[in-house]
Amino acid sequence: MSVLSRTTELVDPVPGDGAPHLPAQPDLVQLLTPEGERVEHPDYALDVSAEELRALYRDLVLVRRWDVEATALQRQGELGLWASLQGQEAAQVGAGRAMAAGDMAFPTYREHGVAWTREVDPLHVISMFRGVDQGGWDPVATGFNLYTVVIGAQTLHATGYAMGLQRDGADAAALAFLGDGATSQGEVNEAMIWAATFAAPVVFFCQNNQYAISAPIERQSRVPLYQRASGFGFPGVRVDGNDVLAVLAVTRAALAAAREGSGPTFIEAFTYRMGAHTTSDDPSRYRLAGELEEWALRDPIARLKAHLSRTGVADRDFFDAVDAEGDELAVRIRTGTRGMPEPAGTEIFDHVYAETTPELAQQRAEFVAYHASFEEA
Amino acid sequence: MADTTTLGKALNLGLRRAMEDDAKVVLMGEDIGRLGGVFRITDGLQKDFGEQRVVDTPLGEAGILGTAVGLAMRGYRPVCEIQFDGFVFPAYNQIVTQVAKLHARSRGRLPMPIVIRIPFGGGIGAVEHHSESPEAYFAHTAGLKVVAVSTPADAYWGIQQAIAHPDPVVFLEPKRRYWEKGVVDPDATPGPLFGSRVVRGGDDVTVLAYGPMVKTALQAAEVAAGEGRSLEVVDLHALSPLDLDPVYDSVRRTGRCVVVHEAPVTLGLGAEIAARVTEACFHSLEAPVLRVGGYDTPYPPAKLEEDYLPDLDRVLDAVDRSLGF
Repeated sequence: MSVLSRTTELVDPVPGDGAPHLPAQPDLVQLLTPEGERVEHPDYALDVSAEELRALYRDLVLVRRWDVEATALQRQGELGLWASLQGQEAAQVGAGRAMAAGDMAFPTYREHGVAWTREVDPLHVISMFRGVDQGGWDPVATGFNLYTVVIGAQTLHATGYAMGLQRDGADAAALAFLGDGATSQGEVNEAMIWAATFAAPVVFFCQNNQYAISAPIERQSRVPLYQRASGFGFPGVRVDGNDVLAVLAVTRAALAAAREGSGPTFIEAFTYRMGAHTTSDDPSRYRLAGELEEWALRDPIARLKAHLSRTGVADRDFFDAVDAEGDELAVRIRTGTRGMPEPAGTEIFDHVYAETTPELAQQRAEFVAYHASFEEA
Repeated sequence: MADTTTLGKALNLGLRRAMEDDAKVVLMGEDIGRLGGVFRITDGLQKDFGEQRVVDTPLGEAGILGTAVGLAMRGYRPVCEIQFDGFVFPAYNQIVTQVAKLHARSRGRLPMPIVIRIPFGGGIGAVEHHSESPEAYFAHTAGLKVVAVSTPADAYWGIQQAIAHPDPVVFLEPKRRYWEKGVVDPDATPGPLFGSRVVRGGDDVTVLAYGPMVKTALQAAEVAAGEGRSLEVVDLHALSPLDLDPVYDSVRRTGRCVVVHEAPVTLGLGAEIAARVTEACFHSLEAPVLRVGGYDTPYPPAKLEEDYLPDLDRVLDAVDRSLGF
């Protein structure tokens, strides 16, 4: 048996009847089947009202609409880049809605769905991808840190923040987002060691979307990712990342445990990136169309919609109203993006330091004088 | 009440006072608690301030700096000890991509009052990675500030000023001078954190140094005086931002300038300083600005470090070349 096939066997122990990435998974926490049927899990009871269910559906639809609009804006030349979250809406909305007001999220650069749940203005996220700023929202006021582009670096920030919460005696936790590729980073491993050592109130929320740009999960790990946690000394759980209810329940439980002083949890949200890594990527070079078809059957929005319809929690009027709200959001994003003012050139100097340096002040003055020289001419 | 103390002990006293002054100051590092650090700079602090404020971390420099970022976001003022200069590189990613950039990235919403203490430089007969001078990497990075102390008084005040400063400060400690003694007066008024100081007046050549090389430069000046040559020695102290106005004043009088550091000369601090001095003092210069530093080699084994490190004779050789130009 070759090394490669052995690896595949370890990651997907029962390849069986699904697509290569959809083995039968006895450990997968699921509360809503892909067909929209509500099932119970012995460890994760979830009491969710009709109103909450409708709100979750609304979140999922609006987040996707935002994402589709941003992708279109990139194609029209309005954004330099966009990192689509399509397929991962349930993982992000479920995790974001599990957070309490005082909790702090540490996103990668794809957590637009979490941003939405923290009431970050979509335009403040888009402004980063347009190149206007490095993220326009207030991380302290929203409880949603700025995006971190260096893979995995934010997991240490979340852990340190959690150590601060601990010292403050705060009833709150940090939620560190990461992807499957990030689990190979040394810093992510250090974050888990620190978190375990100090029993820091931090939850590692890993969206395993099966690919790190082009590299499949088999290139990152020879064991299912959630099993890594046991090596660090804290619980790991794999949840159906396309099931917003399961993600909500699992993340709520992990955050509650963290706040109570039980230390970290590693959550592997098993999902799939339906789109490209970013608008600069061409996934047709590294994955098969058949995979996409398999995962489309597990679409997080269709599954919740089926559940809402089947249980009578929502009707056509509700779905139409959400779609109409999506249209309004899309218009706001479109016009807001195109209407963003150009940043002033002097802004590059203005926030480098809390206390600027004489050198930088001089460079700024020279910059202003240089540009003024053209105006006089 | 002024006391004579070593540079290492002065740092310890400065850290203690900073911790007394501000409950948000948290020390983090490898072996800094029970052991008091491999150089004993944090000796006794964990006993007096507890494990929450003097944290023996797991062994990982990226972990130290990365968690310091999170603590800073919670309003803490982390003081991170890197055990030796050559061990800072696992933390380099966090320092350069996160610590240095978060204030700008957040438009000032996330200040990073983090101090990164690094014992730096050679001359102690150590094994590889224990004798390096990495200051140029940090001085080249926007968002960081870099200082190098040279005396016990400097160390005592400098560490307190760095901790109170709102921006991240890479704080370089000349490890071979940890045991040098000097007077520390806790009631004195300290000089500015980012200010250079003229530490010996002179008329013939301006010699610039920082950290461990200040003492070497002063020794060179003493010997030169015996030969009838008057060297003005400036302790740069601040490497980013540089405070060169006193240097320009000096060079305009002497017309000659020699920069000394242990780090390799190519693209080192001396190169930047030479460019600036040339630009500011062009019409006063009688000779090109000369640099004395380490060679463009990896730091050598201990038996060869005296060949590598600038010493009194190499400083005087550069002075001779400057005067003979």
